[in-house]
Parts: sequence; structure tokens; C-alpha cells
Amino acid sequence: MSLIAARNLSVTLNGHRVLHDVSMEVGRGEIVTVVGPNGSGKSTLLRALIGAVETSGGVVMRDAALRIGYVPQKLHIDPSLPLTAARFVALSPVRRGLSVGEALDMAGAAGLERRQMADLSGGQFQRILMARALRSDPDILILDEPTQGLDQPGSAAFYELLDDLRRRLNIGVLMVSHELHVVMAASDRVICLNGHVCCAGAPAHVATAPEYRALFGSGTRGALALYRHDHDHDHDHHHHDHDHEPSDEAAG
Amino acid sequence: MSLFDDFLLRATLAGIGVAIAAAPVGCFVVWRRMAYFGDATAHASLMGVALALATDLPVFAGALVASIAMAGAVAALAGRQVPSDTLLGVLAHSALALGLVAAALVPGVRVDLAAYLFGDILAVNQWDLAVIWGGAALISALLAWRWNALLTITLNPDLAQADGISPPRDSLALTLALACLVAVAIKVVGVLLIVALLLIPAAAARPFAATPERMALIAAGIGAASAVLGLQLSLALDTPPGPSIVCVAAGLFVVSRSLRALAP
Repeated sequence: MSLIAARNLSVTLNGHRVLHDVSMEVGRGEIVTVVGPNGSGKSTLLRALIGAVETSGGVVMRDAALRIGYVPQKLHIDPSLPLTAARFVALSPVRRGLSVGEALDMAGAAGLERRQMADLSGGQFQRILMARALRSDPDILILDEPTQGLDQPGSAAFYELLDDLRRRLNIGVLMVSHELHVVMAASDRVICLNGHVCCAGAPAHVATAPEYRALFGSGTRGALALYRHDHDHDHDHHHHDHDHEPSDEAAG
Repeated sequence: MSLFDDFLLRATLAGIGVAIAAAPVGCFVVWRRMAYFGDATAHASLMGVALALATDLPVFAGALVASIAMAGAVAALAGRQVPSDTLLGVLAHSALALGLVAAALVPGVRVDLAAYLFGDILAVNQWDLAVIWGGAALISALLAWRWNALLTITLNPDLAQADGISPPRDSLALTLALACLVAVAIKVVGVLLIVALLLIPAAAARPFAATPERMALIAAGIGAASAVLGLQLSLALDTPPGPSIVCVAAGLFVVSRSLRALAP
């Protein structure tokens, strides 16, 4: 039973076909990550799912009562707008009443209540966005490059938080990410997008798919190698044909 | 004979009413960078005034219709994107020129344009006062009702959409509030200075506000103080009241920014 699903979804923006024939779904308790090159329609897919762009074909299926916690890619706060972290979190529509303090605690952002949004560090800002998304007691979190601008420890901590939340709250998570090696470790399923779904499935499956390799080239093989070293203990069943190539580098 | 027979009291109450309604609208004008949009709306109302005078309709109604038409047209032209300064500048100034020409063409009574360009607050009657306070109450109620939705849209329309808010519908609410404010403020400061009454108190309130709500409240206080002090200044120096109110607001803006700059 999926929380939200797209069936043969197409989106045309300014006469340009951004997405065509995209089918995907996210279920409760799973982390699904969308990867793809720049301009492959990742953000557009998320925006179509939340209803922010019109679709030109196909359908988005979701329960009318589905609560979405959305974390946008960019949130520019005009300097003329005074906004404390607590006030920002309180902007979310509350249905089942999570207090601002509880939401901040849950997102690991306790103590930031009175700080101005403009004064927060990148990591703190992301946690406040997360607290706001959590306050409406969501069924699913939809995050567009949530670790953008974070350093590696910050980014690792954020994925840890995400994993903890979906286990504790049994919510679905759909996110866009560029950090391929983390994606492979942190996701239950990966969707490789390039206008259409190139390939999808378990990280190990996607990582070995020729479509995925064609899209990400040698850099990804490095990431894949990293993934295998960290998380695949059953080395006998894998070919290590590229693990020691001189060109191996982890994707950034 | 009632309390409202005193022209100065009526003028003061009119000024305070407009200042209170202008504060939250003005905050959104500042946050959403809609100053030119406000100008276009305000200038278009002059055309409505001319039409109302020509057809013997209430000036307030004519101004309201013209403001809504202009605000709606700009919103439709712009779609979801922020319209360019150039487009809004063209619309604002064309509307002003058209309004001035239209007013000159109104047959019969010689129209005292200055009253509409710079306001005529000392001539506010009891009926005007009722319209101003009624309009102010309507604007405040509309914005209070849609406050969180409008703030969310201002921050990020996608965020609003995910929350189940419709950005076009709520933007329309703000546009209507702005048009309504223009219509009630003409009598107080005139079409040329309405945007000043929106921007200056909000900008003066910014350094002392930690939240959006506090900024609107402080702006209302600064606006009301400007109205009261501006009227006194106007009486003392025999200067036009509308511009005097705006001068006081500008003075408070300078004081506010200086205090903030001097504070540690």
C-alpha cells in the first residue's frame, strides 16, 4: 500500500518536456531516493507530487488526507522579514498537535527557538526546515536535496536523523540527492531519473544497471566501489572488475 | 450634535484607521517587494475617481473598482513570476497620466485634483469615517484570517502548496486587501502618497521586530503616531496634512534606523 504514487506522469514546462511516463511510488517506512543528472527533472517530480506544477499526462495518486512534510531545495528569507525559528516552525498547519518545542526536539534543533532564521548555520537551518515539516505530523517527508551546503559530518548526521525518524514514526521518505555514495547506503530504493525512469530498485540493483552507469560514468563506479566496501560483506558474488582501476574516484 | 462634529477629531480618527489597516498590508508589500505593484494600484485609482465623478457614483466605489482592475490585471499579466520593474513602472505611470487626463475631461464641476492627489483629510465627514473604519476592519479581518497562509506563500509557494494552501487564491486575497486600502486611503493621503504610508511605517518597524506579527503591530503604532503628529504639524505650520503625515513617518523612519545603528 503506497502513500503516494505517480502513474505515467508527464510534465511540460514552457513547451519543454521535463518528465514523461514516470511511474513510481513511496510506501510507509521506506526511504526512496531520486538521483539523476542536473536538469533530469528530479525537483519537478517532487513538485508535481505536491501539486505545485501542473501535469500534462498521467496521474498522481494519494489519499486526500495525506499529510506531506515538504523541505524545499531553497528557502530564501528576505532580510526585511523578521522570523524566529520558533515562529517559522509554528507556520505549519497543525492537525494533531505537535508543539513547536516537540517538533524542534524531534529534529534535533532544541534551543534554537529564539534565533532569527537568517542567523542560522546551514545545518541548523536544515533542521528547522525539518522541524517545520515534522510538526504537521506528516505521513511522508518529501525533501529536495536536504543536505545541500552541509559539510560531510553535517550531511551524515542529517541522514542518520532521517533514518531514525522514519523508523520511529513509520513514515515514508522521498528525497532528491546528489551524494551518490550516501544514497546507496541510506536508501531502501533508488530511482534513477533522466526525464524518464532509467532504472529503479534496490541500491545494489540500480548501481549495477547499465542505464545508471551510462548516466553517471566512471565517477559513480568509484562510489559504487565505496558502497560495496562499506555495506556488502558477501564479496564472493560480485565482480571486482573496476574496484582497482586507476580512474576510481568517489563521486562528490 | 455629537463628538464627531469636530473636524480635527474626524481627521485624526481617519488617519489612525488608515494607518492601522496599512500596517499589515505594508508589511507584505515590503516582504514581497511589491512597492511598484502598490504604486500601479494606487495610481490606477485616480482613473476610477475620474470615472466616478463623471458618472456621479461615490468616489470610493470608483477608486475601489479601478484599483481592483489594475491589481487583477498586473497579477494576471505576471502569472506566477514576479513582474519586472519596467512593466510595473510603465503601468503605474501610464495609469497616473491617464487618470489626470480623464479627470481633466470630466465635464461640469471643476475638479480639485489636489484633493485626490495629496488627500483631503480635513474634509473627512462622518460617512467617510464610516467607510474608512469599515474598510480598515475588512482589510484587517481578511489578513488576519489568511495570515499564516500568506506568510508561507511569501516564504516559498511550494511549501504552501504542500501544506494544502493555494498560492494564487491567497495572493488574490492580498491583492484585494491592497486595492481596498488604496480606496480608503485616497481621502487621507491621496493617490501619490499611499505607497509611502504602506512602506515607511513597515520599514521603520523592521529593526525592532523579531517576528512578522510584531513588525505589523509596531508599524501600526508608527503609522498612527505619524497620523496624529502629522495633523498637529499641519495645523501648526499651515502645511498640507497628507504630506505632513508622510514627513513625520519619514522622520520616525530615520530615528528608528539611527537608533538601531547606534545600539550595540
